Amino acid sequence: MSILVNENTKVLVQGITGSAGSFHAKQMLEYGTKIVGGVTPGKGGTSFEGKVPVFNTVADAVKQAGANTSVIFVPPPFAADSIMEAADAGISLIITITEGIPVNDMVRAKRYLQGKPGVRLIGPNCPGVITPGAKCKIGIMPGHIHKPGRIGVVSRSGTLTYEAVHQLTQLGLGQSTAVGIGGDPVNGTNFVDVLKLFQADPETDAVIMIGEIGGSAEEEGAEYVAREFTKPIAGFIAGQSAPPGKRMGHAGAIISGGKGTATEKIKAMEAAGILMAASPAELGTTLQEAVKRGPPKKNR
Amino acid sequence: MKIHEYQGKELFRKYGVPTPSGILALSPDEAEAAAKKLATPVVVVKAQIHAGGRGKGGGVKLAKSPAEAKELTRQMLGMQLKTIQTGPEGQKVHKVYIEQGLDIGKELYLGVTLDRATSRITFMASTEGGVEIEEVAEKHPEKILRAVVDPAIGFADFQGRELAFGLGLTGPTVNKFVQFCSALYQMYVGTDASLVEVNPLVILKDGGVVALDAKVNFDENALYRHKELLEYRDLAEEEPRETQAKEFDLAYIALDGNIGCMVNGAGLAMATMDTIKLVGGAPANFLDVGGGASKEKVTAAFKLILADPQVKAVLVNIFGGIMKCDVIAEGIIAAAKEVQLKIPLVVRLEGTNVEQGKELLRNSGLAITPADNLRQAAEKAVAAIK
Repeated sequence: MSILVNENTKVLVQGITGSAGSFHAKQMLEYGTKIVGGVTPGKGGTSFEGKVPVFNTVADAVKQAGANTSVIFVPPPFAADSIMEAADAGISLIITITEGIPVNDMVRAKRYLQGKPGVRLIGPNCPGVITPGAKCKIGIMPGHIHKPGRIGVVSRSGTLTYEAVHQLTQLGLGQSTAVGIGGDPVNGTNFVDVLKLFQADPETDAVIMIGEIGGSAEEEGAEYVAREFTKPIAGFIAGQSAPPGKRMGHAGAIISGGKGTATEKIKAMEAAGILMAASPAELGTTLQEAVKRGPPKKNR
Repeated sequence: MKIHEYQGKELFRKYGVPTPSGILALSPDEAEAAAKKLATPVVVVKAQIHAGGRGKGGGVKLAKSPAEAKELTRQMLGMQLKTIQTGPEGQKVHKVYIEQGLDIGKELYLGVTLDRATSRITFMASTEGGVEIEEVAEKHPEKILRAVVDPAIGFADFQGRELAFGLGLTGPTVNKFVQFCSALYQMYVGTDASLVEVNPLVILKDGGVVALDAKVNFDENALYRHKELLEYRDLAEEEPRETQAKEFDLAYIALDGNIGCMVNGAGLAMATMDTIKLVGGAPANFLDVGGGASKEKVTAAFKLILADPQVKAVLVNIFGGIMKCDVIAEGIIAAAKEVQLKIPLVVRLEGTNVEQGKELLRNSGLAITPADNLRQAAEKAVAAIK
């Protein structure tokens, strides 16, 4: 078991003939991901790499290839529309890699998803989801740094997730599933949602949660941990040295009106019993430490 | 993207949001002519810079005659206006806005922005106009009224009425306020704004509702569909290196320290800055070269970092996800040679082909200090300066 994706995940790549889409579709196929189709409007009937059928619409891909999960590489101006198309066609997990989608487009897309209770959106602006044990990589993360195992990883950032996974793998700690939830202000899935899934997953023993400045998703995650989470959990917040009012690359990473600071987030997470890494160089060792300490409840 | 007050008001008028009459002036003579044309007993001379808090900094002054408007403009143009938002060096004033004086009854606050908790656009209104809204939010959160807009419906009249009555408005002013809010919402979504703040929004003695100030920011990701807004961009108000970075599609923020940073990914870039601070150093910048980290981008990034005279060492931290480390190393070497790097360079590479990458760096003939992990890289960069 794992969360979100497994051996039965049948992946559809939206934007499969674009430069990012085709490059990463190849990488995913190499890793072992079951890609059952691609969508590029106007190129339906062709095939990608001679083995993946390309469809004009997501509805066709669902009907003819049985896709249940979609990964979106469509350029920003059209990405929100692609999310809605996937949801309408009955895709239950939509992973959006695209960076730079206009906020108002996402506000509308998210409103649309509220009418589709069985649909989960991950991202946008995220590295994706990987379950190494099922050879299922959906996104842009480097597959080779991962290793099958029992640690859950959830993070708002891309390369910092790789850093965490790499440190875990080096310590011999494999991952059940690693999820990048993305750095945009409007996203589909937050820390709380992923933590709930890890809590329910019998094959995840401990979790590392990596946040950054801006917003309050980390505080909400901490509240949930304090309330219900029973597995050992370590954490880190990036941006402790960031000045207020400056947007640090991610559209969501900004300290505004004195809210969303690293100090506040670390305080909330520590109070919930999450063991916080002092530096990003100690993500793996802190998780080891957290496992030794035991469930968060004991550490409040 | 930020714009000036006078530009914000131009957009307000386009969408039917009431504003006072005003004229932009680039010289004392133009200011005098503008005041004559407005022909109100008093005019207000307002310095146009992107930062807020202008009033307290001396950037907003009353003039009782065109001659006085001319004199005030003479004093304001070219001054370094210091406000709570500009930093200690202040921001140079290049333009002033001459605006008609009004009979103000009440000053309110109205702001529109994204509420991340609900993923919806939200109106915030308060009777505490003209002051720092963050302060009100902290000390008297109950004084801030909210209306969350359903994107499928848009701003509804009843929401406007709820806000109006909550603010204590009465009579015909209530409907004027509702219309004001509706027009403001149209402008917000029509221009893909990320923030619209009217502080203060004034209720005139005759019951009218007018935007006395206009602070407007736009969503940079949506500017591609608003080419007309690009004309509002004022490069004199932006940090020149940040502007240059945008041309190369790099995310760069200047900071106060002396260790230049080049990292791929925003989260890892912040984490690298944090580590430098933890080991006793100070980062000179935030710089995300993005996923690709091609030679061209790395060269542009080096040039940006080295253009900062405070930088005494450079730390490169690249987690080569799908990019191979040897390719990245070649890019770093070529870029370092091209810019004739003379200060210490610490490089930490991780990912595919990391050994080949390190080998290339060692044999490059350049004084590059390799590091095996994030902490070591930060320590070596800090040590290189001492």
